[in-house]
Amino acid sequence: MKGKAHVFTRAHINTDEIIPARHLVIDDEAELAKFAMEDIDADFVNKMTPGDIIVAGEDFGCGSSREHAVWALRGAGVSCVIAETFARIYYRNSVNNGYPAIECSGAIGKIDDGDELDINIAAGSIKNLTKGTDIPFVPFPEFVVAIANAGGLLESIKE
Amino acid sequence: MGMTITEKILAKHAGKDVVRPGDLIQANIDIVMCHDVTTPPAVSMLEKRGMDRVFDIDKVVVIPDHFVPNKDIASAELAKRLREWVKRHGIKNYYEVGRNGVCHALLPEEGWVRPGETIVCGDSHTCTHGALGAFSTGVGSTDLAAAIYSGELWFKVPESIKFELNGALSKGVYSKDIILDIIRRIGVDGALYKAMEFVGPVVDALSIESRFTITNMAIEAGGKSGIMNPDAKTAAYVRERSDKEFTMVSSDSDAEYEAVIDIDCSALEPMVAFPHLPSNGKTVTEAQGLKMDQVYIGSCTNGRIEDLRVAAEILKGKKIASDIRCLVVPASPDCWKKAEEEGLLRTFVDAECAVSLPTCGACLGGYMGVLAAGEKCLSTTNRNFVGRMGSPESEVYLASPATAAASALTGVITDPREFM
Repeated sequence: MKGKAHVFTRAHINTDEIIPARHLVIDDEAELAKFAMEDIDADFVNKMTPGDIIVAGEDFGCGSSREHAVWALRGAGVSCVIAETFARIYYRNSVNNGYPAIECSGAIGKIDDGDELDINIAAGSIKNLTKGTDIPFVPFPEFVVAIANAGGLLESIKE
Repeated sequence: MGMTITEKILAKHAGKDVVRPGDLIQANIDIVMCHDVTTPPAVSMLEKRGMDRVFDIDKVVVIPDHFVPNKDIASAELAKRLREWVKRHGIKNYYEVGRNGVCHALLPEEGWVRPGETIVCGDSHTCTHGALGAFSTGVGSTDLAAAIYSGELWFKVPESIKFELNGALSKGVYSKDIILDIIRRIGVDGALYKAMEFVGPVVDALSIESRFTITNMAIEAGGKSGIMNPDAKTAAYVRERSDKEFTMVSSDSDAEYEAVIDIDCSALEPMVAFPHLPSNGKTVTEAQGLKMDQVYIGSCTNGRIEDLRVAAEILKGKKIASDIRCLVVPASPDCWKKAEEEGLLRTFVDAECAVSLPTCGACLGGYMGVLAAGEKCLSTTNRNFVGRMGSPESEVYLASPATAAASALTGVITDPREFM
């Protein structure tokens, strides 16, 4: 998984900022995508190209349980989110969608805005191609991988 | 080694004798609550996958509250999708507009929350119900869909942090001030992934309604759940509302906690959380005098009858400042009826407050009180993130109903003790 990093150094980027409640009357991913990150950077969707990666500080996705946050980011083409830590419900929502939420302590500081990254999820490795560095992270536990391989939580429980 | 109340409830629902923090379990869910924003997408996911079934219609409770009565055509479509799903499956426990309320106020009031049980809802403030000794947590739409389909969900058993609320509250200080102080101390991720267990003489002394205000905001410290050990008040509250048997479980004296935090409630003052995080708490003395454009009294945090009584006591016989708007939103029909019977609604209207029907509406910037750029609102709600109640350039300050009412009278942030 290769892409350009968009770095948000701030902690506690919440789901109200990722997808404001005024858009919660929508649940179509392509429509939600137009408003991804709107209240933190109204120009974000114009700046990014599909495959790009968000890198954020601690507690990414805190606040409201709205899964619309995951759908808006995925819809916009964000290939994954790397954060120092994730808020619990956002993390669950990512796992249940098979959408990578990579917890990587020290990511802020090792990745600058615009850096090209190459991520190997199974190996737990982020290669910063711009800086020529390798940033390790703890790979996903088995049950998270199993949900992702099934295509998401619902596929994994379907009888 | 003993277990916490959270570990006991999760163990029982996973069919195990013992669970420990970090264990990955599959737990049965006793009540799945559904509202109008996160449920329609969950239903669509099930339909799309040929999984459109409900595991047990008696365990699903549907309460539209966010954008109803419909705020626009798009929200009307969401509410319609919810209603059609309810009809298709013959779900009886559906609270249409007129019988509905803010879901976290209505669910316990209607007797759906019982000690020892497990509850999920596609809403982060589902942690509210832990005040009755249940394990209750917010989830997203996929988890909600999975719970609707199978009646089970995966959980990682959380570590617990014990908050010992000692001392006694002084005049003008309420449970809202306690939880704002706790979040100020530990931060908005201070209890990330953890169960927040509240104990001590102050919890014992609080009414059930005041307890809900504390557990409601566990998510604002990142908590997976907020919980209190049930007591005689809990049993009385639940028996009045539910015929179903329940078993009260409590933490063992030798249960293990990740941390034990002592809070001397006698030292607390009324608190105001400044923009844009619930952890930006200051005392009302530090906040005093800041000009507000709107005051909002309502929500799943502080829209219950006791909250309205506190506000009405301060507003009685007075009028709010000429340059402020004050919105009062009783959180349920029962609360509305009591407020009417007790003359509180008249007090609010005489004070020139606008009284609305139950809805989450303005709390999340939906409708019925949305803020313009540059406006400031003192609110009894739970969250003051950027753009939470409207424009990303507006500001939300969180406080108790007493502080809100006092501030409505003066137009600036005001110590409620001046009016007591």
